[in-house]
Parts: sequence; structure tokens; C-alpha cells
Amino acid sequence: MAETTKAARSRRTRGAAGQGKGASGAAASKATAQDAGPETANATSADASADAGGAGPRADAETLISYYRQMLLIRRFEERAARAYTQAKIGGYCHLNLGEEATIVGLMAALRPTDYLFTNYREHGYALAKGIDARRVMAELYGRTTGVSKGWGGSMHMFDVETRLLGGYGIVGGQLPLATGAALAISYKGGDDVVMCHMGDGTAAIGAFHESLNIAALWDLPVVFVVINNGLGMGTPVERSAAEPELWRRGAAYRMASARVDGTDVLAVRDAARVAVERARAESKPYLLETTSPRLRGHSVVDPARYRSAEEKEALKAADPLARMALELEEAGVLDAEAREKLDAEVTAEVEDAAAFADDSPHPDVSTLFDYTYATPVPGELRRLPADPVFRS
Amino acid sequence: MATVTYRQALRDTLRAEMLRDENVFLMGEEIGVFEGSYKITEGLLKEFGERRVRDTPIAEEGFVGAAIGAAMLGLRPVVEIMTINFSLLALDQIVNHAAKIYGMFGGQCSVPMVIRTPGGGGQQLGATHSQNVELYYSFVPGLKVVAPSTPLEASAMLKAAIRDDDPVLFLENLALYNTKGEVPDDITEVEPAVIGKAAVTRPGTDITIVGYSRMAHVALEVAEKLAEEGISAEVVDLRSLRPLDRETIVESVRRTGCAVIAEDDWLTYGIGAEIAATIQEGAFDWLDAPVRRVAMAEVPLPYAKPLELAALPSADSLLTAVRDTLRATGRLSLETAR
Repeated sequence: MAETTKAARSRRTRGAAGQGKGASGAAASKATAQDAGPETANATSADASADAGGAGPRADAETLISYYRQMLLIRRFEERAARAYTQAKIGGYCHLNLGEEATIVGLMAALRPTDYLFTNYREHGYALAKGIDARRVMAELYGRTTGVSKGWGGSMHMFDVETRLLGGYGIVGGQLPLATGAALAISYKGGDDVVMCHMGDGTAAIGAFHESLNIAALWDLPVVFVVINNGLGMGTPVERSAAEPELWRRGAAYRMASARVDGTDVLAVRDAARVAVERARAESKPYLLETTSPRLRGHSVVDPARYRSAEEKEALKAADPLARMALELEEAGVLDAEAREKLDAEVTAEVEDAAAFADDSPHPDVSTLFDYTYATPVPGELRRLPADPVFRS
Repeated sequence: MATVTYRQALRDTLRAEMLRDENVFLMGEEIGVFEGSYKITEGLLKEFGERRVRDTPIAEEGFVGAAIGAAMLGLRPVVEIMTINFSLLALDQIVNHAAKIYGMFGGQCSVPMVIRTPGGGGQQLGATHSQNVELYYSFVPGLKVVAPSTPLEASAMLKAAIRDDDPVLFLENLALYNTKGEVPDDITEVEPAVIGKAAVTRPGTDITIVGYSRMAHVALEVAEKLAEEGISAEVVDLRSLRPLDRETIVESVRRTGCAVIAEDDWLTYGIGAEIAATIQEGAFDWLDAPVRRVAMAEVPLPYAKPLELAALPSADSLLTAVRDTLRATGRLSLETAR
């Protein structure tokens, strides 16, 4: 992989994601970081992936193909979900991870299976990359009993005990205090699990962001906050919602180590996330990681993104992390076009199987409506449907 | 038996539960070094250390949310919010998260946490520090809201709340902290209460008075006064606002034929509105008079003492409403009662 080409592509990515304004010279490298502590709280630029010992071969062919396959699975899954949505198989909101594939796979590669993950509502890809079967993720979108949340959560609210996905959350910023608390529980009980908390760039404007980062830093909690900066909070560019649009710099306010990394480069993300996760694990310290990536489509499936110019939309194609990795793997002789197409066919079949499984799965029975109001049953709980009287004679 | 204050009963129960279960820990503003704004956590930091008695920054949304997250991993946090007014800063975490996590994820994860917080006016604390907004939480399925009125009940209910697997808002009241009552010498002998059960704290035949928290006391005081006049009032102490024990309320009104509800919150859309609707649906044919509500005047509570006193429900205002209601039944010979 030619370094110069990569840097140039990184710059294109930032421009496409609408982040050119804040980017300094340092931001043009793969990653930018600052240490915690009063002495170094002013941004010192360093290469986060170099900190991770990134010299030498960063991944073998098998690993690279595995990452590519996961990214491809997310891409095809999301495309299939969009189609199912337009067919009215999926209800409610449906936010896709298109453009975020390298970020997701890189982040998840830095976690142990026993580490916890909290996400926002743009989460299908995280569920897949955390190790949940595509069938169960799709079935949740379809609102079926076989879904990860048994059809109670939908697109925005997936949860899985086994893989420790502790929830997708629909309220912007709601997951930050929760993730902080989960890290508090780890610290309270002892153990070396880590919590990763994912959010979008718009979340940096909400009060829970400040309160959570402050608490996590004060109490030395093992939590990695990851801001996925795709340049847009719905239709509002980050520069219009954040007075400091280089969001990773917010870490300095809490003396929290922080970094920004090119979110279209799976290895760069993985290596930057490893630094963050291992710091949390070894030292029980929080970390703020910002990734930059394009959002290839609208805010949700139904958003045509009219607020974007034709030039911006065209530039997005150049920022596509999947196309970029395909090209890189081909250039490096790791995966040629034929092998890539074979992989694509496999992944597409997996996604089609997931959709068929979801479609064939049962809807929840109305008799289960009152099953999950309370974990400890109570006398006097009102179990009535809209037309029922309060008292039955 | 020992006679202790409501405050002491809470403190001793917290301590006993912390000794019983390592997963129980306390969080809140000024609960450690300062020993609590109302001294409920006095001495606990010294005894248990910072790990289990955790002072928080002034960040209700942050620390209530952190307690929820800790509960999701199996701890049993007991959070103190200095007064219920400040709980509004944590409304998103309580309503959109604590109350939703069990159902929204298909029953995969419960949130065994308690939020202790006092409501109540009458201390000249002004409009923002004197509210009774327990209704906001009582409205939400997934939450439990309890409001014990005596030291013994407070101990029993706090134990139940801590051992419950759901988020429980535990409503205290500034005016109750110094009230006294009997509890066993050994607080560990107190049986946990059943959340969702009201109690008839004084039986009677002429009228039902429904109250909770401070107003459950006022109701008993009024019933005592009425007894001297030959009127037999029954008092129902709700103890739990969600779930609401509708059966106990309705059974009582079916016996007495009329009811007055005493509440410290505002009348419009208040807790009393729900009780009144419950009574009309469950005891319509037994009612001899319209159900009356005694509630706070619908103003932001003023600071000046005469205005504050005029706005808050009292024994006198409850007495007036009870007499009016009894007159309206047309069964007075009780007209002797002025």
C-alpha cells in the first residue's frame, strides 16, 4: 500500500465528509493523538498507529481478507436492509452504516469478545462485527421473535448478552452515561474487561457527552469513547454544531488521552483503537477516539440528502472505504477481482439467507405483550388493552 | 422496639443492606464527605469507604445514567438525588433508559437500581426547590414509584426496592425526615414490603381519605379530629404510586360511599386525578357524593411564608373538603360538625 496514495485518499475522505475546514497539517496523517495530563494537554501530534507498534507488516493476508469480508458483509447487509425497508418489511427508522464499514471492523478487531459495546442507533454493522449472526440481526429489523431483541427493539435497539452488545440506543447521547456506569461496574468488581461506547459527531454537542467524559476521567474508568465523525448530524455539518469541530480535542478538557484517525482505513482504525483499548485495560483510563468517514447515503433510509451538493455526492464515491480496500488488496496481490467476486457471492448469499430467515420467522404473539414490563413481577400491574376496562366484573 | 426518626430508619436500612450484599453501593452528590444534604448517609463513608459510598459531581444525568449502566452489569446502586426537583436533569436517563432497558431489549437485561429523593414544600425553598413531581415517574411503565410515610414502612420499602430487579424511585419528603415511629431494635428483622400494596392505616365507615407520603400523615391527623366529632374516617396510605393498588382504594370506597384524596402535588393531571378516575370506574354505584381532591394551589410555589402556607394542602384544608363531601352525601346528622 503506497503511503502517499493513502494520505491523498485520506485528505479526499475528509473533504468529502465536510471536515476540511478544521484539518491542520497534522490531521492529514493517518492519525493524530494527544496524551492525557496537564503537561501534554495541548495537542501533540503523533501517529496513533505507530504507538501501537505499527512498523513492519500490519496484517497478514488472511487477516486482511477477513476484514474485507466483514466490511463487505456490512455493506451487503445494509443494502439488503434498505431494500427490505422500501418493501415495507422493516418499519420505523432505519439508519445504515454505509461508509462506516472500515471503522466498524477496525474497532471491533481491537476488542476482546468479552469486552462490552454500547452503540447509538446506527448499529447494524456493529452487531454483525461483534459476532451476532446476520439472521438474528435481520430478524430484529423485521420485528420477529428470532431477532436479537425478540422483536422488541427494532433497528435502533439491539442487545445481545452473549456477545456483550449492551444495546443500541435511540436517544442521542443516552448510551454515554450507561457505558460509563458499565465501566464503573467493571472497576467496582475488578477484572480487565473494557467498555467501548460508540456515538456520532452530533453527540459531542449534548450534555451527557460532557458529564460522562468528566465522570469517566475523574473516576479512572476503563471506557473508550468513539466518535464516528461522518461530518453530518442528520443534515447539519459538524462545523455548524461544534465550536471545536476537531472533536478529539475535547479530550483535553478532561485530561483524557485522545486521537483522531482516518475511519476509512481499517488497519489504522484497528491500531488506533488498540492503543485506546489497551490503555483502558492496562491502566483503567478512559480514552476519546475520533474516526472520520463518509456517510454514503442520507441520515436514514428515507432521507434523500438534498442538503448535499452534486459535487459532494460525487466526492463520496472516492471516499468509499470498501472500494478503497478492494483496490488496495488487489494492488498488494492479496485478493484479485475473481476472488473478490467469489467472496461477494458468498456474502450476498449469507445476507439473502438472513432475509429469508427473517421473513420466515414468527411475529411475536400478542399474548406476550406484558412479558417485559417488569423483571420482578408486581401485584396490581395493569395488564389491559386499550378498550379494556380497568376493573373486570 | 425502638423509636427512631424516618431519617434514622433510612440510614440504618441502607447500612444493613450494604452489609448484607456487596453489590449494594451508594452514589450521589454530597453523600460521602458531607454525609448527605439531609444526613441520610451519615457515617457510611467512614464505615464503607469511597468504593461503596461515592460522591459524584453535580451531573444528575451523568451519575444516574452511570448507576443504570452499573445495574446492567449486576450491581445494585442506590442513588441519592438531593431533591426530586433535580431529578428533572436526569429525566432522559430515568424515563428513556432505566424504564426502557428491560422491555426494549426483550427482557435480556434488568436494571436493579434505586433512586432515593425527597419531595416536599413548606421550607421556604421557593418555586424550583419545593415541587412534587413524582407524577412524572408514576406515569411511566417500567418504573416503580414508592412513597412510604413512616419509619418502619420506609425501612421495609427501602429493602424491597433494593432487592427488586427493576428501577425504583423511592420518594421521601423533607417534612417526614424528623417524624418518629417504632422499628425493631435490630433493623435486619424488618420484613421487606410488597411493592404495589396500599394499606388501610385507620379503618372507618363514613368516608375514605386517600393519601401518600406527607399527606398520609395529615390524613391520619384529620381522621383523629373527625373521630372526636363522631365521624369515622378510613385512611388509605397508597405507599406505592406505580404500581397502584386500585383494589384497596375501591374496596374502601365501596364500604364508605365517598372519598377525598389528599395530595401534595398540583391538582390538574395529578396523582389524585388517577385515583378519582379509578374510584369512578370501580365504585361508581357506591358513590354518594363526587370525589374531592385536596391539592397544592396551581402556582409556582412562592417564597414568602403567608403565600407558601396558603398554597400548600394542610389538615385544615383536608378537614374542609371532608366536611363538604359528607354534606354532599346528604347523610348528615353530621351537620353538627359545623
